[in-house]
Amino acid sequence: MQATKLPAGLVRAGLIPTGLGAAALIAGACLLSHGASAEVATPHPMPPAPTFNKGDNAWMLTATVLVLLMTIPGLALFYGGLVRSKNMLSVLGHVFYTVCIVTVIWVLYGYSLAFTGGSAFVGGFSKAFLSGVNADAQAATFSVGVTIHELIYVCFQMTFAAITPALIVGAFAERMKFSAVALFIPLWVTLIYLPIAHMVWYWGGPDAIDAAAKMLSAATDAAAKATAQANLNEAIADAGLAFGWGAIDFAGGTVVHINAGIAGLVGALVIGKRIGYGRELMSPHSLTMTMVGASLLWVGWFGFNAGSNLEANGGAAVAMTNSFVATAAAALSWMFAEWLINGKPSVLGALSGCVVGLVAVTPAAGYSGAMGALILGLIAGVVCLFFCTAIKNALGYDDALDVFGVHCVGGVLGALATGILVNPALGGAGIMDYAIGKIGEYNLATQMIAQSKAVLLTLVWSGVGSLILYKVIDMLVGLRAAPDQEREGLDITDHGERAYTM
Amino acid sequence: MKIVMAIIKPFKLDEVRDALTAIGVHGMTVTEVKGYGRQKGHTEIYRGAEYAVSFLPKIKIEVAVPTDLVDRTVETVTAAAKTGQIGDGKIFVLGLDNAVRIRTGETDSAAI
Repeated sequence: MQATKLPAGLVRAGLIPTGLGAAALIAGACLLSHGASAEVATPHPMPPAPTFNKGDNAWMLTATVLVLLMTIPGLALFYGGLVRSKNMLSVLGHVFYTVCIVTVIWVLYGYSLAFTGGSAFVGGFSKAFLSGVNADAQAATFSVGVTIHELIYVCFQMTFAAITPALIVGAFAERMKFSAVALFIPLWVTLIYLPIAHMVWYWGGPDAIDAAAKMLSAATDAAAKATAQANLNEAIADAGLAFGWGAIDFAGGTVVHINAGIAGLVGALVIGKRIGYGRELMSPHSLTMTMVGASLLWVGWFGFNAGSNLEANGGAAVAMTNSFVATAAAALSWMFAEWLINGKPSVLGALSGCVVGLVAVTPAAGYSGAMGALILGLIAGVVCLFFCTAIKNALGYDDALDVFGVHCVGGVLGALATGILVNPALGGAGIMDYAIGKIGEYNLATQMIAQSKAVLLTLVWSGVGSLILYKVIDMLVGLRAAPDQEREGLDITDHGERAYTM
Repeated sequence: MKIVMAIIKPFKLDEVRDALTAIGVHGMTVTEVKGYGRQKGHTEIYRGAEYAVSFLPKIKIEVAVPTDLVDRTVETVTAAAKTGQIGDGKIFVLGLDNAVRIRTGETDSAAI
């Protein structure tokens, strides 16, 4: 959800086609600086009216349904295959319910609270009930003067809000009753997800910053300079807390994965272990389903990562490439590591590594170079294997489907690695500074501090907030199914149905 | 009449069926079962959670035979199901009091 790599002026002027990648980037930077100096000569430059093209909109429509595909059926099958057959329908139900309830919340007030200005912590209600967001409304991208239809942006972000709480249900699978899930999901989205999405991703768009910066450079007397500087400061300040810190998160390492991962760990700790955990056979009932789900996640993730570029250009191409490379690398590193440790190459290990690679590359997708993504994937596969096996077994918590070990650990690793891999000297894309109209200076310490602050903010906000929510829901309806219901399986006891009748 | 019940390795089923058909035993009931004897199970590992799987999949065959065919039946199953490895299975011979063919009402030897 961050700075695009193509200088916008060129796209706007139609000087070069989008999507030429690095060569266009370099050429574009030169042309832009030339263009900027030409504009200084104009006393009062008027920002041109925003334009949109059908290519960007078509890509974002596609990306949106790809992210929905990640959740249903992708995540649902990935998770469903990992539980015992008596709880298959329960897991599918949790995921499907989450998509539906979040969709409704999103159009009522979710989009407004996440993506309108307000405070640095949360947006306002100005677009509640999608007020004013009609077929003509436009949303900013990462290029100056380029927009997409706001309703597409609403739907795109809706799918992110839907998959994030759906990730959490894996942690307390096979024992939390449906009524508790039905309460937890809407409350969590409202009180945890919307503020974090606002803090990390909300900004006013590049146009106001660009216009104010041009006015500043055109200002001749002190009074005009002061006014322009004030405008620029105001435009830059119109952003969420972590965004203002300079933390970068391309597609949701903090907002989606750390956020869900820590909520999952807290949930697993609060609700306790499944009956028979560590003693009874709890092997996955269908790794075939899990393979289908993991593969659909990978396919859908191109909408998630490359779609987060908001435009069909070189930035999307970078994100797509990285989402291939890191994923394959992590699948291989997890599988080979398990082969070394246990003597057999685990297919579930390869599938788990695939998801870990996708998680880790999510914040870095549009920022890293391909070789950076390769190394990130190789490291992520081994680190998350270690957390999902050695550390989990040592601590003894029952995070049933490894939401913490995969999403939180992978997310933290990715969020921190992004601060390193964005460095243009390492093949990264750098960070666009719209106030100067080009890629800003990179500083490792500054960037790592900003990344770490965003990680800590998410861990604390989601960790503490989720703990309170679980406790409140436990008091209201109880979190856990009765022991005999848990033994019989939640498919029958919660839903009165079975996943399989054979 | 006797019931010959054999627990065998699943991949031996077709060989056993063909051998029994050759000696004139027509008809059998087959069930997928799990169990253990002297054969050790195996371990399965899912993301570091290690499970000892001690119940192994086997096939249970039940055939009803006239008393004079019992010995040949047992010999035939033994020969056909044998690999010489641990886990080849077992044969149990049980008494059988009555038999009825539902369609015709025939009883005992005529029914099997």
